[in-house]
Amino acid sequence: MSSAHVTLRGVTKVFPASGGASGVHALGPIDLDIRKGEFFAVVGPSGCGKSTLLELIAGLTTPSEGDVEFEGRKIADIPDGVGVVFQEDASFSWLNVRDNIEFSLRGKDLPAEEKARRVEAAIVMMGLTDFARTYPAQLSGGMRQRVCIARTLVMEPRLILLDEPFGALDQQTRLLMGDEILKLWRATGATVFLITHALDEAAMLADRIGVMSARPGRLIDVVETNWPRDRDSRIVERDNFGLLTSRLWKSLREESMKTMGRTMGGA
Amino acid sequence: MRLYQAVVIIGFVALLEVLCLAGVIDKVTMPAPHIILRDFVLMIAHGRYFSDIGVTMANVLIAFAAAFIVGVLTGTILHGYRTARDVLDPLFATYYAIPVFAFYPLFIVIFGLGDGPQLLIGFLLGVVAVIVTILNGLDRVPNVLKKTARINRLTALQTAMQVTLPFCAPYLLTAAKLALAYAFIGVIGSEFILARSGMGYEIGFAYTNFDNATMYPLILLILLMSIFANGLLSRWEKLLLARRGQH
Repeated sequence: MSSAHVTLRGVTKVFPASGGASGVHALGPIDLDIRKGEFFAVVGPSGCGKSTLLELIAGLTTPSEGDVEFEGRKIADIPDGVGVVFQEDASFSWLNVRDNIEFSLRGKDLPAEEKARRVEAAIVMMGLTDFARTYPAQLSGGMRQRVCIARTLVMEPRLILLDEPFGALDQQTRLLMGDEILKLWRATGATVFLITHALDEAAMLADRIGVMSARPGRLIDVVETNWPRDRDSRIVERDNFGLLTSRLWKSLREESMKTMGRTMGGA
Repeated sequence: MRLYQAVVIIGFVALLEVLCLAGVIDKVTMPAPHIILRDFVLMIAHGRYFSDIGVTMANVLIAFAAAFIVGVLTGTILHGYRTARDVLDPLFATYYAIPVFAFYPLFIVIFGLGDGPQLLIGFLLGVVAVIVTILNGLDRVPNVLKKTARINRLTALQTAMQVTLPFCAPYLLTAAKLALAYAFIGVIGSEFILARSGMGYEIGFAYTNFDNATMYPLILLILLMSIFANGLLSRWEKLLLARRGQH
């Protein structure tokens, strides 16, 4: 880990409102440096702008103020070298697993053998060998998410953005998928940016965890986990894992209550 | 076709046969099904009305293709223009309350007694159903698939061809089924009143001349053609949906 791979400076997002009403200040200002090869997670209360933050880094939306840079270049559109895995099922129901994974390479200027090699490697890495000809409808939610991760992997992204990718999965599957993500993080050397609402997931996976405030989301704490790079889900057994999640919850509790109060109050 | 469906149809035909043979339905009103079948085979074997069948089929195909293509294009364009859609939505909602056939005198004045009025009625009946179905399909494309297309840096055309269109394939098939059904109804229905040839015209002519040996075989032929065409599309739709786990 060395220089900043992703940089956010004074990033703010305000969603314009229609009919003359004032806009919704969703995010910021945020200043953040994500190091190259780092696993960075963001936790925060519902509606604090976590996904907006990810979309800003992905180039799916633009900041109202401030700059987002990837590899030293300001992000104006979808940057090259970025892959995203979304929370929702993004598999294409009309394509089988292999074709879904290959989708990311369509139109890429690569030799056919290289495309085939990457697809095969992703299929093996995500444990989908026996399902290559299967359609998404025949797979479980966890398997479909693996397909989406594999589809991102074949792009060989230097920055992988994960938007609550395990949100729809059960706890055991989430832990195992976490192991898979850690493996591919080590294997690819990519920088990983994870959005999650699960404190234990963030604590298990990340090198650093950014804690966001209630809307408008700002970073109120950045916690170093100091885990070894070679780790897996068994890290939850460590004594300091509990201390880590406790610290995260301490930072988040008040913010979550603000959000809950806002929701209950109908604001 | 499932066994119970076949049993229902065969049972219904058998009932008609019994009622006709017993004289409950007199033979001037309707010949027994075995007579209709015999006349049907003779009609096909002798090639009678092939030119009328050809005219009708050609018009149905043209009306279907026009309604489908124009409907898909219009639906796709409208989907991108919210204001235009808001203006047209009430029209779409009430469109089928408009009796298109009532405009046939106007169509005759404009197009004469050729194929034009039949084609137009077949087209008009189908096109709005196609537009509404396509809009419905496009509304349902999940945002996450559009974002995935953007992350993969697809152009608008590539997104349409590789994501939106395949997602909407079941809706396209439904639209095709509707356009085909309406094309049959529109073309054959208008042939009764607007044409000098075609199956609808021949059925109407046979009806006024008490020519059951022509009328019923032609009706049977229309039924078979319509069922066959829709059956093909339904089978295709079923395969598509089964693969997607939506059936």
